[in-house]
Amino acid sequence: MNMDNLVILWTDALVYLLLVVAIAFGIYASRKEHLRAPWRYVIRSKVGIGTLVVLLFYVVIGLSDSIHFHPPLDEPDKNGEVIYSSEVISLFDQMVSGLRARQEKTYSAPLATHLYAKENIELPDGTTIRDFPRLKYGGAHLQDPEKDWKGDIMALSALGIFKGLVLTLVLSNILLIFLTIRSGCSFEHTARNVLVGRTEIPWCVALAVLGLMLVVFMWSAELATKYHLLGTDKVGEDVFYQSLKSIRTGLLIGTLTTLVMLPAAVLLGIMAGYFRGWVDDVIQYTYTTLNSIPGVLLIAAAILMLQIYMSQHADEFNSLVERADLRLLFLCIILGVTSWTGLCRLLRGEAMKLREVDYVQAATAFGVGHFQIISRHILPNVLHIVLISVVLDFSRLVLAEAVLSYVNIGVDPTMNSWGNMINSARLEMAREPVVWWSLAAAMIFMFTLVLSANLFSDVVRDAFDPRLRSTN
Amino acid sequence: MADREFLLHVDNLTTLLGSGERPVRAVDGVDLEIHRGETFTLLGESGCGKSMTALSIMRLLPPAGRIAGGNVWLGETNLLDLPENAMRDERGGRMGMIFQEPMTSLNPVLTVGQQIAEAVKIHDPDNRNRVEARVVELLGSVGIPDPERRAREYPHQLSGGMKQRVVIAIALAGRPELLIADEPTTALDVTIQAQVLGLLKDLQQQTGMAIMLITHDLGMVSEVADRVAVMYAGQIVEVAETAHFFGEAGHPYSRKLFDSVPGKEKRDNKLAVIKGTVPSLRETFTGCRFAERCEQVMPVCREQEPDWCELETGQGMRCHLCTQQPDEVAESISPAEEPAWHLPAKASSTDTQLEVDSLKVHFPIHKGVFKRVVGQVKAVDGVSFSIPSGKTLAVVGESGCGKTTVGKGILQLIRPTAGSACFEGEELTQLKGSKLRKRRSDLQIIFQDPVASMNPRMLVGDIIEEGMRAQGVGGSTEQRRARTRELLEHVGLSVDAATRYPHEFSGGQRQRICVARALAVEPRLIVCDEPTSALDVSVQAQILNLLKELQREMGLTYLFITHDISVVAYLAHEVAVMYLGRIVERGTVQEVLESPQHPYTRALLSVVPEIDTEPKRSVIRLEGDMPSPANPPSGCHFHPRCPEATDVCAMAYPEEVQLSVTRSVCCVRVGASTVTGNEENG
Amino acid sequence: MMAYIIRRVLYAIPILIGVNVLTFMLFFVVNSPDDMARMHLGQKRVNQAVIENWKQERGYNRPLLYNSEAEGVGSITDTVFFQKSVKLFQFDFGSSDSGRDIGYDISQRMWPSLAIAIPVLMVGLLVNISYALLIAFFRATYIDLWSVVLCVVMMSISGLFYIIGGQYLVSKLLHLVPISGYDTGLGAWKFLVLPVIIGVIGSIGAGTRWYRTLFLEEINKDYVRTARAKGLSERVVLFRHVLKNAMIPILTGVVVVLPLLFMGSLITESFFGIPGLGSYTIDAIQRQDFAIVRSMVFLGSVLYILGLLLTDISYTLVDPRVRLS
Repeated sequence: MNMDNLVILWTDALVYLLLVVAIAFGIYASRKEHLRAPWRYVIRSKVGIGTLVVLLFYVVIGLSDSIHFHPPLDEPDKNGEVIYSSEVISLFDQMVSGLRARQEKTYSAPLATHLYAKENIELPDGTTIRDFPRLKYGGAHLQDPEKDWKGDIMALSALGIFKGLVLTLVLSNILLIFLTIRSGCSFEHTARNVLVGRTEIPWCVALAVLGLMLVVFMWSAELATKYHLLGTDKVGEDVFYQSLKSIRTGLLIGTLTTLVMLPAAVLLGIMAGYFRGWVDDVIQYTYTTLNSIPGVLLIAAAILMLQIYMSQHADEFNSLVERADLRLLFLCIILGVTSWTGLCRLLRGEAMKLREVDYVQAATAFGVGHFQIISRHILPNVLHIVLISVVLDFSRLVLAEAVLSYVNIGVDPTMNSWGNMINSARLEMAREPVVWWSLAAAMIFMFTLVLSANLFSDVVRDAFDPRLRSTN
Repeated sequence: MADREFLLHVDNLTTLLGSGERPVRAVDGVDLEIHRGETFTLLGESGCGKSMTALSIMRLLPPAGRIAGGNVWLGETNLLDLPENAMRDERGGRMGMIFQEPMTSLNPVLTVGQQIAEAVKIHDPDNRNRVEARVVELLGSVGIPDPERRAREYPHQLSGGMKQRVVIAIALAGRPELLIADEPTTALDVTIQAQVLGLLKDLQQQTGMAIMLITHDLGMVSEVADRVAVMYAGQIVEVAETAHFFGEAGHPYSRKLFDSVPGKEKRDNKLAVIKGTVPSLRETFTGCRFAERCEQVMPVCREQEPDWCELETGQGMRCHLCTQQPDEVAESISPAEEPAWHLPAKASSTDTQLEVDSLKVHFPIHKGVFKRVVGQVKAVDGVSFSIPSGKTLAVVGESGCGKTTVGKGILQLIRPTAGSACFEGEELTQLKGSKLRKRRSDLQIIFQDPVASMNPRMLVGDIIEEGMRAQGVGGSTEQRRARTRELLEHVGLSVDAATRYPHEFSGGQRQRICVARALAVEPRLIVCDEPTSALDVSVQAQILNLLKELQREMGLTYLFITHDISVVAYLAHEVAVMYLGRIVERGTVQEVLESPQHPYTRALLSVVPEIDTEPKRSVIRLEGDMPSPANPPSGCHFHPRCPEATDVCAMAYPEEVQLSVTRSVCCVRVGASTVTGNEENG
Repeated sequence: MMAYIIRRVLYAIPILIGVNVLTFMLFFVVNSPDDMARMHLGQKRVNQAVIENWKQERGYNRPLLYNSEAEGVGSITDTVFFQKSVKLFQFDFGSSDSGRDIGYDISQRMWPSLAIAIPVLMVGLLVNISYALLIAFFRATYIDLWSVVLCVVMMSISGLFYIIGGQYLVSKLLHLVPISGYDTGLGAWKFLVLPVIIGVIGSIGAGTRWYRTLFLEEINKDYVRTARAKGLSERVVLFRHVLKNAMIPILTGVVVVLPLLFMGSLITESFFGIPGLGSYTIDAIQRQDFAIVRSMVFLGSVLYILGLLLTDISYTLVDPRVRLS
């Protein structure tokens, strides 16, 4: 893969900008004790580190799904040069190319070998019978599905779980060696400390969660090579693949929205509270007006307009992916517009309190300028509020995406997202027997992410705002 | 089992806070006895465990706390053995408690009457049929005027003093034998303090209940106590009759406490300080807990915990000096009494440095559909004074009198509405923009709350450098750093403090950093806004010493805002007494403190609790509360509360009467009697 | 008090104008009325006369913001913006793009919306407060811990799942009530039971957790200690003192959403086929009927501002400390 075929989508660029900002903030925070201490609290809490491991899995998948390029075609052209397909795929697609390519005809249940619906099958002898046809890919290696299926599943599961355990063991040994070198104690001593949970950071919890995730991961990877782990949807696409692809959408909605609204919320909120007077009036008017429009309707109106705009100017977009991507970005922006007011109001109140605090008065008495006072005294003292609201918002936004997509004002229908999966699946609830797997898959993936994010944000909130510690 | 003579007998009480391997031993083996009908004070500085002792006795500990051992006998009952529902009958029944913060101690959404009625219903079966009448009776007995109406009001409609009276009424509902009062007057103004203390005394005489008064104020102990117990680091270190205690306190800690109280007679000396800080109660102690800070420490103090020993006078203390004569003291540090100052006072010129003339700060009140201005809160209403260079002017007054606003108005932190403030010939109220910014280095401020006055997110070094950077003084970055180190040493902190955060320091140390920060821009006048009122008395002494030394050394001028007369007597050269936005009396410290002319000054001075064994002076108790500055009374602002008011007082605000060059009073009576005699002088 | 209310009502006018400008920009500036006409009449080769006719019928044939041909005041008033906005301020919503009277539709459809929204709110409040009180009573025990965990888990489940799962279980497997539909009069109850129950269950996670925080915050205040020092039992302290104080933020939080209940719930109504304002809005969005969406935006804003005003007034009723001025 070289640079020519790389495609940088808008959201990709923003994701990597976000990553850079996060890393920069991490470096800044590591130098400031008042920021480092709360994060230390997060890392040292069992829930904190456990959920962090889960979230990392999601983030890795999401990031690898954010490097897009045109894949080279198999056959070079006459001059021997590689030709690139006009299709845009991501690094992640490349890694799970098997899942992407193995498309069935229509619905099939998880791990099934046959299609979900009966069809007329033409037998070699020319007669046709009505039966469930075999799948093209799912369990195609089995001679006699009736007999071999169970054993094969068992064998693959055992293999997958074994691989997962080995991987866990390797990784935990690497960690232990690292810890041994850092602490200077013997390996045995370190290992015992970690296993009984006597380390400051609860490594044993981290390793347990990591192990669980790896085992599940390897197990599903093993099964997914031969079967459709979570079945296929109406057009025969692998549901497991869809669920994984949806991770990027979910993460993007949860993070980019915040990134988009943060500068405005922070700047305007602090300005309103610090300067008061007409500045305050204007900013208050702005957010009251925005707030008074029901959020869903504003989003609906904006998305509707975008749709019309896009259909009128269809030729301006190179590919479906780009178009869907722009719509995603636009959705993030409009979600940001509807959700910055809460934080803005919070910061306004806080800035209003802070401007009367003695140390700000002392700075004024030194003749320190407004900009300096805001950047040195007010901003650092409201940063924890910003952080808490960012993490709290994340899960709310992930859930909101599903609802919006259901109403058709979410992401582009061609884009993989949990909302779209649920939306398409709900029509099939009336079928007999029920097609439940798309729905279940989306729910499980979304639930895991949102639950981890909720638990994680609780720990972060406790860490940054000790007044609210839930265990009192 | 329990001694009949005692009402309350606490035996080896131990209370732990927090769990885990090293909980805080907030109360560590406390023994005490309280007789029927006596006033027993528990004296100690903040964090010594006195409140936790009281809460343990009431079994009202916060969720993190638990009683780990000991017995509490109330009469014949061991309170710690009672099941919770039986304990409830004792709480508010035989034992009542009142708390420090009257502002938050009452439920804001229930009327005062409802809250008292609850206690009556539980603990006063005889009055169950006439609860409302009893509530009114109780409100009347705590001196609340118009009790029928007040009973229907909500707490926010009452002033702080009134609220504390209501809390007392709740405690009285069960006709307690013991009233535990946890710093009941600390949050109140001095004149209100006197009212509440007087009320407690009167109630005690009527009902014969015993009072356990928890306080940090030595003056209050001398004023009301029969017996006193001194607490230090979770233990009681001394118990004595009040008279004996003030005659010859036994424990070195108690003695040091006395010496660190500022006052007139100590003006020319440094105040005694207790070095170091209170030890953390997480530690386990091997020797005496005070050993590290004691000037009479002996080797045995560090090795062995002293036993309780009784002296003949009924005094008892926890100190090795009891058994060993101080003469035998081997390792005794020479007493660090520092009677004189290192430097002679810098010759101060008599030229006026700051001249304030009829300064007014008004805040508009908006009302109506279009928020029109319908009135003014006259926080400062025509204040005039001048401070000679190198001297200290103390502005004294109760909260809400506008003294802090005067300070901020001079510094232009709040823009005055009218009047002038002239610093070295330059009119500050007219300065704007960069000119004002430049001037700011000459005038600095030190705040009351050492926690709020430093940005918790900045290093101490950056905090001190901030002013230099903003003013563009101090040369290069390197030179500024050097200057910071110098300043830190100057205020008595180590150089490495620069690389630490404010929260790592104790209150006194933080206040030193604030002094260093103000000094960094080489100011000539510093407004000190109650810089010691949030500090313990021994720490206060350190800061007062520092301020006094800096003045002698650098010729600084102070505008010292305070409500504490003893600090004024120790530090100030001139005094201005404020009431409701105006100065009512002004003069040198001798003039004002020794022969106060204005009735308010006289009342203010008379209610200050003082440490003396002399028979009590007559206390002038002011009735009522300070009115709101939005709606001041007609005529003399003080006349509704003035014991000497006449009809004339309500007519017009009295003219200022110049009694001598330095002295002026705003009172009709002073004018009438002395003005003719003084005209020749003036 | 009266002056305060008048001021707030006056303040609402610039906000509503702002809302109108904003929606107007969204609807007419991003896409011209011509674009919309084409959209509605079908993309393909519509001739200009048909478009003009379509615009004429719906009053989109004036200039958007400024009419350079008209004179005097007319240059402002004879525009799409002015005509459409003034009508909204008179609560004259006009007719939808498909020709129905919006005002009539709204007056018909608000009742089914309220029939779901009010029970959900009331029952939800009751359930959440009771549960939160229970947790507060058993604070710092395992009941507390596991209840909080349960709340977080329930919060993490998408609302769509509650609806789909509930429909599947109750209607499809157990056949207790119909999956969707509506009936007028009392017969509606069997269509309402399930959406109400699901609405309540969906609110338990976040609601209970929030109320628990409120209760615990109150329990740590000084006046609770005074109440205990009186010798009151824990039950009395909780119900008489804590609950009464915590009800202030709870009630005012409810009041702010009260007016918005008219708007109905988009998701619930469309899943259960209830002909309320929520499904009305969703249908309009999906049919791209701008007139309806614009009317609903305006209505929503008015109700939101009303909610804010009611909140302030309700503060004075429940909190003796608050006086409006």
